[in-house]
Amino acid sequence: MAIVNLSGVRKSYGSLSVLKDVSLAVERGTVVALVGRSGSGKSTLLRCINGLERINAGEIVVDGRRVEQNEATLRALRQEIGIVFQSYNLFPHLTVERNVTLALSLVKKMSTAEGHAIAERVLNQVGLGDKIGAYPEQLSGGQQQRVAIARSLAMSPKVMLFDEVTSALDPELKEEVLRVMEGLAREGMTMILVTHEMDFARRVANEVVFMHQGKIHEQGPPSRLFVEPATPEFRQFISSAIN
Amino acid sequence: MRSFNPNDILFLAQAALWTIALSLIAFFGGGIVGAILALWRISTLRVLRMVASGYIQIIQGMPLLIQLFIWYFGLNLLGMDLPALMAAAIALTLYSSAFFAEIWRGSIEAIPKGQWESAASLGLSRFEMLGYVIIPQALRLALPPTVGFMVQIVKNTSLTSLVGFVELARAGQLVNNVTFQPLPVFACVAVIYFSTCFPLSILSRWLERRTHGHRQPVRSA
Ligand SMILES: Nc1ncnc2c1ncn2[C@@H]1O[C@H](COP(=O)(O)OP(=O)(O)OP(=O)(O)O)[C@@H](O)[C@H]1O
Ligand SMILES: [Mg+2]
Repeated sequence: MAIVNLSGVRKSYGSLSVLKDVSLAVERGTVVALVGRSGSGKSTLLRCINGLERINAGEIVVDGRRVEQNEATLRALRQEIGIVFQSYNLFPHLTVERNVTLALSLVKKMSTAEGHAIAERVLNQVGLGDKIGAYPEQLSGGQQQRVAIARSLAMSPKVMLFDEVTSALDPELKEEVLRVMEGLAREGMTMILVTHEMDFARRVANEVVFMHQGKIHEQGPPSRLFVEPATPEFRQFISSAIN
Repeated sequence: MRSFNPNDILFLAQAALWTIALSLIAFFGGGIVGAILALWRISTLRVLRMVASGYIQIIQGMPLLIQLFIWYFGLNLLGMDLPALMAAAIALTLYSSAFFAEIWRGSIEAIPKGQWESAASLGLSRFEMLGYVIIPQALRLALPPTVGFMVQIVKNTSLTSLVGFVELARAGQLVNNVTFQPLPVFACVAVIYFSTCFPLSILSRWLERRTHGHRQPVRSA
């Protein structure tokens, strides 16, 4: 049974139809890379999975739980799903440690000591154990993004969503974030990531999903997809992405 | 006619206590009502948003003086005998609440949407998001305009003289009427107003620095 299952998902903003009948099954422990042109609906798809956007039709099921727009369901669901954004969205008024432990104490009702132990573990995992007392503004973009990943990991999610998490970073800083993500993939984390890093997708993803005009246009393992793209749209996308 | 003497200054200082008392009523009354209104303005419930925004529009669209008259003379005409202090307290509270509410709503809405989204994605409830993520950041933004409006309130309390309060401005007039020495009298009044408002600005600057005290050195493991 897939851990994330979308069937017949539709989403529109007013008269603009952004997702048109999207169905996708993500197996436990796999990495799915969503690629496609700007505006093709990648972020929207990701945001529907943890209920940040309300879908107009179809169904999304995560770990056996239907994504519905009521507070109790969403709260429970979001503990199972981590999401990392392009703009990090760390809480600037809190230390790195408090960023990581806030939800642990509020949502999981953990003690300060339990929270601290988890914060140390996840921060070490992303290579930032020494920044536990820092404030976000004292960190580089790459470090902030790794804290954001640690903050999600602290909740022990079953699925992690990444929306272009390296797009705002300089090339040298991209690498450190991608390395952390690759480590997660190796440890068996189920990941759905929107990315423009084609090399990364090729290397790490089990499945590449090409979105075009609100639909899944082409999909398959990177070894096949990148070597012999079936549709002209995807072929064109790859050649423009590489240049 | 007599000259401006130390007793007059004492009289002015006592009147200033009314100015301060009325201001404090407006700060606390208006602050509490304003905070509730600000939360209503950003509520997910449409009806609360509409009630709050209607209220704010009405209050902001009416001079404070007219509101004082309504509560004092208007209700007295209807047979309700509202003492001047009560009328002034109600008028100042309602008036300030509308402005505080708008200042605070603006500060809350100035916090980037990503902060709400990442807090929601961690499973926080709406109240937790507000209390732990949004409001602590909004407070800092709200501080300067809030203090600015508080200074306005201190000065606006002079309007209560028209429903019978002998507060600082009215006291200055009275002293001037018997001494005919407007320059020293009103200079003294001005100094007292200033020394009431200035600590507010100092406090604000101090708080601003404190809430931004993030720049302590990084603790290393
Ligand atoms: N809140 C919104 N209101 C209205 N339209 C929106 C909203 N969010 C997204 N859209 C529109 O939906 C379409 C898909 O947006 P989406 O962000 O999912 O694209 P994307 O594939 O992530 O693009 P990019 O690569 O630029 O991030 C776009 O046309 C966008 O303008
Ligand atoms: Mg996007």
